[in-house]
Amino acid sequence: MTATLERVDVARTAPAKGRSRARARHRLTVLAFLAPAILGFALFFAYPLVATIGFSFTEYDLINPPEWIGWENYAFMFSDKLFLTAVYNTLWFVVVLTVARVVFALGVASVIARLKSGVGLVRTLCYLPSLAPPVAATLVFFLVLRPNEGPLDALLGWFGVEGPLWFADPVWAKPGIAAVVLWVSGDLMIIILAAILDVPQEQYEAAELDGAGAVRRWWHVTLPTISPVLTFGVVNSIILALQLFTQAVVAGSAASGSADVTGSTKVLGFPENSTLTFPVWLYTQGFRYFDMGYAAAMATVLFVVSFAATALLVQRMRRASHQEAS
Amino acid sequence: MTAVGAARPVGVTRPVRWRKGLDWVAVHSLGLALGLMFTLPIVFVFLTAVMSDSQAFTKDLWPREWHWGNFVEVFDKAPLVKYLGNSMLYSLSATAGMLVSSVPAAYALAKLRWRGRNVAFLLVVGAMMLPPQVVAVPLYDTWSGLGLTGTLWPLIAPYFLFDAFSIFLLRQFILTIPQSYVDAARVDGCGEFQALVRVVVPMARPGIAATALFCFLYTWNDYFGPLLYTSEKPDRWTLSLALSSFKGMHHVQWNLAMAVTLLIMVPAVVLFAFAQRSFVRGITFTGVKG
Repeated sequence: MTATLERVDVARTAPAKGRSRARARHRLTVLAFLAPAILGFALFFAYPLVATIGFSFTEYDLINPPEWIGWENYAFMFSDKLFLTAVYNTLWFVVVLTVARVVFALGVASVIARLKSGVGLVRTLCYLPSLAPPVAATLVFFLVLRPNEGPLDALLGWFGVEGPLWFADPVWAKPGIAAVVLWVSGDLMIIILAAILDVPQEQYEAAELDGAGAVRRWWHVTLPTISPVLTFGVVNSIILALQLFTQAVVAGSAASGSADVTGSTKVLGFPENSTLTFPVWLYTQGFRYFDMGYAAAMATVLFVVSFAATALLVQRMRRASHQEAS
Repeated sequence: MTAVGAARPVGVTRPVRWRKGLDWVAVHSLGLALGLMFTLPIVFVFLTAVMSDSQAFTKDLWPREWHWGNFVEVFDKAPLVKYLGNSMLYSLSATAGMLVSSVPAAYALAKLRWRGRNVAFLLVVGAMMLPPQVVAVPLYDTWSGLGLTGTLWPLIAPYFLFDAFSIFLLRQFILTIPQSYVDAARVDGCGEFQALVRVVVPMARPGIAATALFCFLYTWNDYFGPLLYTSEKPDRWTLSLALSSFKGMHHVQWNLAMAVTLLIMVPAVVLFAFAQRSFVRGITFTGVKG
């Protein structure tokens, strides 16, 4: 495992003569390699990020020029009931998905890691759903979680349990969407599996000599060793939950029966705004009601929150690479 | 273990082996159950896709008759070939553009030494983590000012300049190439460009393949981008976007909707089947490891 952030190669000693010319040449080469990326970063990230913050203080409908209104958009958030609903829904996904996704992926990876044969097959089967486009994956679960008639409700029926209305039930729509996301978390599983298989065998042997059973070896050896990857999983899940959009839109529209996904505002958030996530409300405000200023204010809030999550990861990565270096 | 050993004073080996056998059975049946749990939903979708119109969406799990024609019929119900063309155009151009722009940038981040390299890498990570909705308003504003909304340009063009995830992943791959190879090329008189083309690209080929696969898949699966820029223009819809409204569009039955759901997954599954190793390695590299 190589360190992530710092990996400076051994300094090459250049002859003192012509060093400055070589250095200028080198600088030009670096610039040439990076030119498209610098331009792209400026155009598609730096500028729109600054512009979003700018727009957030304006009223703008895409047709008339933006009009400066100060903090009004931000103030409006507190009286916008659906904004608060959207915040609640997204926080629900952040909490539930972060815990469920990491625990679930860790559990599956731990089982696969213990297989003596068929590792490749089981890994492939578990990863396969992750290839499905989010739209398709959501429709798959719409079929599986069909009230009364679907396979899962049939299974529950054998145990005498009557299944809920799932995507049509305000209480069960979010868990249904969470199930879709868990179903396609194969990439996190593979990352965790690789980390588990990377744990040095000697550490297990040492623990076994100390009389540790399988469970205690997993708890005291596997978990601490793979903790950087688990941190990645947590941050990755937070980011994923913060931008949860497609599954919510598709589930809402499919359950509402109209399936007019491309625009109808009646459909977004169905049932009873239970699937109205923060990005869905942002999209509705900005691109259905063309209240671009308010959407930009929401985007700024989203930026601040996701930036905090990213900073957490970068800090952890740095610490891990320093530890490895020392 | 001790309890079993005490009850059978014959020897420790037999109970231990017996216990290990039981352990093997338990772990493997759990593994099998997991595999089934992940695959069964797709099996249900497949079974529904080949049902007759009247049987789909009943309680039946197994088709009474196998209507393979459903996979053909969907092409009559909606202009799937057009959507497929748009999806291909988006995914293939974006992937090609990404390779041109990201490989040199990743090389500069991994193997060239310059001031600000670490800051630049942090910016790449930051861009990678940024939810696409954050920058959507100004970007939409700009593209609509250029009169290019309703086309695929806003989706494709950025890849020719900057794709944070691809740069990040390629950098992780290129870092694993021993510095001595690059230095040897330099000693042999290669310029940086030649070192990249002759040494780094051939050695990083699996990593480049994996990055291209992820880029293709990401764009193929993308929903937010096509929704934002092309939802008003059905002529420019991609498959993902079309699928989301497939059922509402022509009052299409669920068996046909499920047939399209399967068809849209075909390219990804084919790619995965051919390049499973690159895939798995690539996914592993997106973790903190690398």
